[in-house]
Amino acid sequence: MATHTPATSIAAHPALRQRGRALDVLYDWITTVDHKKIGLMYIGYALIFLVIAGIEALLMRVQLAVPNNTFVSPQTFNRLFTMHGTTMVFFVGMPILFGFGNYLIPLMIGARDMAFPRLNAFSFWISAFGGVLLYFSYFAGSGLYGAGTAPDVGWFAYAPLTARVFSPGHSTDYWTLSVLLSGVGSIGTALNIVATTLSMRCPGMKLSRMPLLVWLYFVTSCIAFIAISPLTAAQIMLMIDRYLGGHFFDTQAGGSAVLWMHFFWIFGHPEVYILVLPAFAFANEIIPVFSRKAIFGYPAMVAATVAIGFISMGVWAHHMFTVGLGPGANAFFTLATMVIAVPTGIKIFNWLATLWGGSIHFTTPMIFAIGFLFQFLIAGLTGVMLAASPFDWQLGNSYFVVAHFHYVLVGAILFMIFSAFYYWYPKMTGRMMSEKLGKWHFWLLVIGFHLTFDFMHIPGILGMPRRIYTYEADRGWAIWNMIVSSGAIFQTIATLIFVYNLVWSFFKGPKAGADPWDAWTLEWSTTSPPPSYNFARTPTVESRRPLWDLKHPEDPDTNYE
Amino acid sequence: MSTAVAISHPASEEWRQPSRGIVGMACLIAAESAIFIIFVVAYIFYLGKSLSGPTPREVLDLPILSTICLLSSSITVHFAVHELRAGRIGRSSSWLAATVLLGSIFIAGTAREWHELIYRHGLTIRTNLFGTTFYSLVGLHASHVIAGLIMLSIALIFSLMGKVNSSHAGRLEVLSIYWHFVDAVWVVVFTVVYVLGR
Repeated sequence: MATHTPATSIAAHPALRQRGRALDVLYDWITTVDHKKIGLMYIGYALIFLVIAGIEALLMRVQLAVPNNTFVSPQTFNRLFTMHGTTMVFFVGMPILFGFGNYLIPLMIGARDMAFPRLNAFSFWISAFGGVLLYFSYFAGSGLYGAGTAPDVGWFAYAPLTARVFSPGHSTDYWTLSVLLSGVGSIGTALNIVATTLSMRCPGMKLSRMPLLVWLYFVTSCIAFIAISPLTAAQIMLMIDRYLGGHFFDTQAGGSAVLWMHFFWIFGHPEVYILVLPAFAFANEIIPVFSRKAIFGYPAMVAATVAIGFISMGVWAHHMFTVGLGPGANAFFTLATMVIAVPTGIKIFNWLATLWGGSIHFTTPMIFAIGFLFQFLIAGLTGVMLAASPFDWQLGNSYFVVAHFHYVLVGAILFMIFSAFYYWYPKMTGRMMSEKLGKWHFWLLVIGFHLTFDFMHIPGILGMPRRIYTYEADRGWAIWNMIVSSGAIFQTIATLIFVYNLVWSFFKGPKAGADPWDAWTLEWSTTSPPPSYNFARTPTVESRRPLWDLKHPEDPDTNYE
Repeated sequence: MSTAVAISHPASEEWRQPSRGIVGMACLIAAESAIFIIFVVAYIFYLGKSLSGPTPREVLDLPILSTICLLSSSITVHFAVHELRAGRIGRSSSWLAATVLLGSIFIAGTAREWHELIYRHGLTIRTNLFGTTFYSLVGLHASHVIAGLIMLSIALIFSLMGKVNSSHAGRLEVLSIYWHFVDAVWVVVFTVVYVLGR
């Protein structure tokens, strides 16, 4: 049975040394191997890149707001969309999700740290170095003699544009190396997450009792091994081509440009699931707590996640329908892509069933999660449309595609990331975020998001291709682009409110206490913020909701599992 | 709820989990396998697509001796772990030394083969598609052998300095799993490059 140990027993441990000087604090963070500090550094570093890549998006929207605009040059525009895409995928999405994973997984399974703390620090710093290297190209992209120039080959860098003849200078190499380093860091962190999940659980934390967040991060990490390594291999080949005179993607010597597309998208499509599964993971924790119900269909959720993991490996060529793969491949990849809607649909129905009959609390994390549910559904539906290869031939490479994947990345993933911020911020800092500012953030972001990305589908249907730096006035695209760009203003204001809320709440937010949401997983059983050793005594669990058992000894979950 | 709670139950049954070292190595092997698969796919995809010579049939010989050495080093490293676990440090060091020697013979064989290809047959990485894919695939494998040799040599040095005891057997086992993986990859590379690809 449970024995209560008040928090004071934790505080009885010797207090941390007073660190007055800034250099000491800096030294402490740079040399840390604590999973919580590394997690926070991942998140902080991702937020900085989120602002940078957001500014790049804003510049592009200003340029496209009106026809025949000359706000930026075509060359600058190419660099902007390349840097925006690369940054958002590799230096915002991956690190922010790995940051939350790093922070939460050991706390949720009752461990004191990750399985390999030093590898954890190495993975963070190598990824961070990759991000710095990418932006260093602005200063050194042309080598010592020219001015700086950023990569401009697009985030999927199709061959033969990346050949030395067509992309002279070093900007493409900065792109290659930074993505390669980010991949090494991601593999390291994924390895750490799998080893932590399998080998560091507290007594009683069977796989069938793990919080769904940990399950989903486990599956994400397994996908990462199989998905990110092909990209690493392809980047090595590209380096061999550019520096040693190899011919992997050199069409003049019999090499194949399509092979690069295959290698890239074998990474590129599972990458979408690497990014979206952690968003699902947040939803799995947040929706039950604010519905005051246990998650509906825990085994079905795990099975659906594993199914998504497997199917995601067999759908990559739906990015390549316009290449002309032949009827057999087209049919296969159309069907495989549509099949993935089945496990995803299971998840949506399980979340709805969790909400159903629940006592729903509309806190800021919860409204973000509900926004995610609706928007992810629409994103999935346009995904099914694009999965049909004849439809894709019509709209491939148009703004319809851009609208679709931004619906996933912003409407689903970013909304769930914000939800996670409002939910776990009290645990990370010991203070609540402002609910009032949170509601302003949510509603402005919803308005801005729908103005931008709902209306972005229409110029796509009207034939506007992606990656053009301007367009003629008589195409009928102008009004739609103006609406899309005006939505960006709302999103910018919403993001500024969020950043202000982060800073304000850190100093002035109401004290959170250990368990402000009356939640059920282990991270809420320790103080906020948790001590460096997480748990004074290793906990033991007997069900999926250990804190529920503790708070309701008369009706523990063990009776029902 | 505003107070922190710590929950603790007496463990009712023995709590066993897999070794994190072995899990970590298994993950690394999964990731490395994906890299090798991409290079093998590229090699097979470009077989016979070179626009100029030389071709694999003209220049490649079966590296029989190297292959025997590398494959048997899997057995010697297995014995090294086995002896270390039993606490026989001296025998473990001898088996480790044999492993390092056999691995070095393999690398020397590759070096001789490459020297011959470059200086006698004029095949470099920029000659044709065969050169590009051959040197990158075999070179990727050879670099893994070299990494393994460095780690094995470090283990051997520590062992000879008397800093190793049977409690380190788990760590040496993790290293041996890596070495088995490197050997298994060679079986694939050998089959694809020297048997099917000729």
